[in-house]
Amino acid sequence: MIVMIPLMQLLLFGYAITTVVRNIPIAVVDNSGSAVARAITEQVRVTQVVDITHYYATAVEAERAIVAGTVRAALIFPENLAQRAAGGEPVGQWLVDGSDTMVSAALLGLRSMPLHLEAGVPAGAYQAASPSFEVALFFNPERRSEVNIVPGLTAIILTMTLTLFTAVSLVREREHGNLELLITTPIRPLELMVGKLVPYIFVGIIQITIILGLGQLVFNVPFQGKLLNLAAVTLPFIAANLSLGLLFSTLATTQMQAMQLTFFFMLPSILLSGFMFPYDAMPQAAQYIAEVLPATHFMRLIRGVFLRGAHAGQLLPDILWLLGFTAVMLAIATKRFRKSLD
Amino acid sequence: MTELAISARALSKRFGDVIAVDGVDLQIPTGQIYGFLGPNGSGKTTLIRMLCGLLTPSGGEVRVLGLEIPAQAETLRRKIGYMTQKFSLYDDLTVAENMQFMARVHGLSHRGAALRIEELLERYALSSMRQRFAGAMSGGQRQRLALAVATLHAPTLLFLDEPTSAVDPENRRDFWEKLFDLSDAGTTILVSTHYMDEAERCHQLAILETGHMRNQGTPQALLAQLQDRVVEIAGDHLRQVKERALRLPQVQSAAQQGVRLRVLLRAGTEDAAGYLRAHLEDRDLKLSNAQPSLEDVFVASTSGGKHLPVHSVASAPSPPRNSSSCHAIA
Repeated sequence: MIVMIPLMQLLLFGYAITTVVRNIPIAVVDNSGSAVARAITEQVRVTQVVDITHYYATAVEAERAIVAGTVRAALIFPENLAQRAAGGEPVGQWLVDGSDTMVSAALLGLRSMPLHLEAGVPAGAYQAASPSFEVALFFNPERRSEVNIVPGLTAIILTMTLTLFTAVSLVREREHGNLELLITTPIRPLELMVGKLVPYIFVGIIQITIILGLGQLVFNVPFQGKLLNLAAVTLPFIAANLSLGLLFSTLATTQMQAMQLTFFFMLPSILLSGFMFPYDAMPQAAQYIAEVLPATHFMRLIRGVFLRGAHAGQLLPDILWLLGFTAVMLAIATKRFRKSLD
Repeated sequence: MTELAISARALSKRFGDVIAVDGVDLQIPTGQIYGFLGPNGSGKTTLIRMLCGLLTPSGGEVRVLGLEIPAQAETLRRKIGYMTQKFSLYDDLTVAENMQFMARVHGLSHRGAALRIEELLERYALSSMRQRFAGAMSGGQRQRLALAVATLHAPTLLFLDEPTSAVDPENRRDFWEKLFDLSDAGTTILVSTHYMDEAERCHQLAILETGHMRNQGTPQALLAQLQDRVVEIAGDHLRQVKERALRLPQVQSAAQQGVRLRVLLRAGTEDAAGYLRAHLEDRDLKLSNAQPSLEDVFVASTSGGKHLPVHSVASAPSPPRNSSSCHAIA
C-alpha cells in the first residue's frame, strides 16, 4: 500500500496527463467533392491536432454529431471551394464544440494554418486568405472555462460524496455491531444492498440540484437541455457511484479502509475523466483506464445534456455503460456479502 | 426423554492458532433456560454464534431445532431471536422506529407489526418512551428494548449473550422475570453470563473455561456435588492463614469474605473441617462446614488457579486447564 500506490499513481498520471491537445475527433463535410478539398483535408490531418473519424454528407448531420459528442468539430468545405481558393477567401468553415476551452483553443490554432493548394507549390505560398478557415464556436462562444468546468464538477463532487456514503455504510454497521443483529434475521443480501443504496439516490438528486442550480445562478452556465434528459443521465451515474461504494464497503473492514479505497479511486476520476485534461489528448492506455471510471462517462453525458442540449437517446452508450457498471458492482457486492462473521 | 432444542457434538472453533471452543458437547432440552457460565474469553460468545449459524464450526456437529447448522442456518433465522452482547440496535432511531424496522426485516405485515409492537411496548414497559432515541436510553431500558426486538417474531429459541452486563441488580431481577414468562410460554432460552446470581436462576448450567466445558448440570446438582467440601474459618491473621491453607495439598482455593476465610477442598476429602484443623495448627481458629455456593462450584470446576482435574456431576474426568496434559488424558 505505502510503496505501490504512490508509485502506480505517479507513473500513471505522469504519462497520462498532458495539456498538449492532439487527436481531437472531427468530421469532414465536403460539399465541393474536389481534389482541393482532399488536399486541404490531408494537410489538416497531418498536423495531428485532429483525427478525422467521420465523413458526413451535410452540415446538419455534422452538427448533430457534435451535439451527440461523436466528434468535437466538423470541417465544412463549400460547393464553390475552387472559386474561393482562387479569390483568396477562406476555404472552409470549422464548426467547433466550444464547451471545452482547451479543445477549442487547439482548433482555433488551425484557423491560420498555412495551406498549399496545388501540387508542387510549397506550403505558405497560398497567402491570400488570412485566416485560412472561418471558425464558428458553438455552445460557449465567449470561451469561458467555467461553462465546461461547472457541469464537470458535478461528476467529481458526486463521485466523492456518494461513493463515500455507501463505502462507510456497511462497515459502520459492522463496527457499531448493528450488522451482527441484521445477519441473524431472514434479510437477503440483495435486499440489504438495495436498501443501503436507494436512500442515497435522493441525496444525490439534492446534491446535483444544488450544484447545477448554483452553477447557473453564480457562474451563469447556460442550461441548454431538458430536465428529463438531465435526470436520465444523472440517475445512472448516482447509482453507479453508490454501488461502487457498496463494493468498497464489503472489501473494507474498517471505516478508515473504506475511506482510503474511495480516495484511491478519486484521483483517477479527477485526472483521467476529462474533467481537467481532455480525454482525447491522453495516451491510449490511459483512455482504457478512463473508460472504466463512471466519471468519464458522466463527463460526456452531463456536458452533452447540459451544454449541448443533447437527448438521452443520442448518448445511449454511456448511459448503458453506467447501468451495466451499477449492475455488476451490485452483483459483486451482494456476492461478497456473507451473512456470517467468519 | 425430552425433546432437544440444541444438540452439539465435539463442537470446536479455532481462529488461526487460537482455539476458542474445544470439543464441546451440548444437549439443551426444549423449554428450558440454559446458562453458559464462564469468565471473559471462555468461548461463550463464539459458542452462541456457532449455534445460531453466524460462525462456521471448525469441527463437530450442531443441530438446532432439528436443523443442520450451518447448512440450514437461513431457515433457522426465522425461528430464533438473538440479543447480542453489545447493544446492536440503531442509536439514532427511536424505540418505535427500531421496532418497526426490525418487524419489517422479519417480514411481519403492517397490521401484524403494529399490534405486536404495541403488545411488546406494553409488556416491556417501553410505552412511555416510544419516541425516545435508543442512544439516549439507560442500560436497563436498552436491554428491555433489545429483548422486545429479539422476541418480535415470537421465536421458539432465544439466544441472549450476556444480556445484563450493563444493568443494575433491580433491573436484572425484572429482566429475569420476563425471561421466566417467556420460558413459561414455551420458549427455549440460552443465556450466557458471568454473574453467579444469574447462573443460579437457570434450569441448567454449563460452566465454560478457555473453550472447554468444565461442568454441566442443574444448579442444585452442581451444588450437591460440593457438599461437605466448603469450610469457613473465623479468627485472627486470616491473610497468613490463607497463605498456609493454600500450601496444603487438599486445598483447592481459599478466598477471604469479610471476617471469614472460605476454603474449598478437593473432591474426595473426608471430614474437611477436621483435615484443616489438623493441618493449620492454630487453636484460636473457629472452623465450620458451610453451604456451598455457585461460586464455589465455579471455582471447583475451573480448578481455581491450582492445576488439578476436578470431577463433574457425572463423575467423568474434566480436561485439566492446560491443553498439553489434556492430550495426554485423551
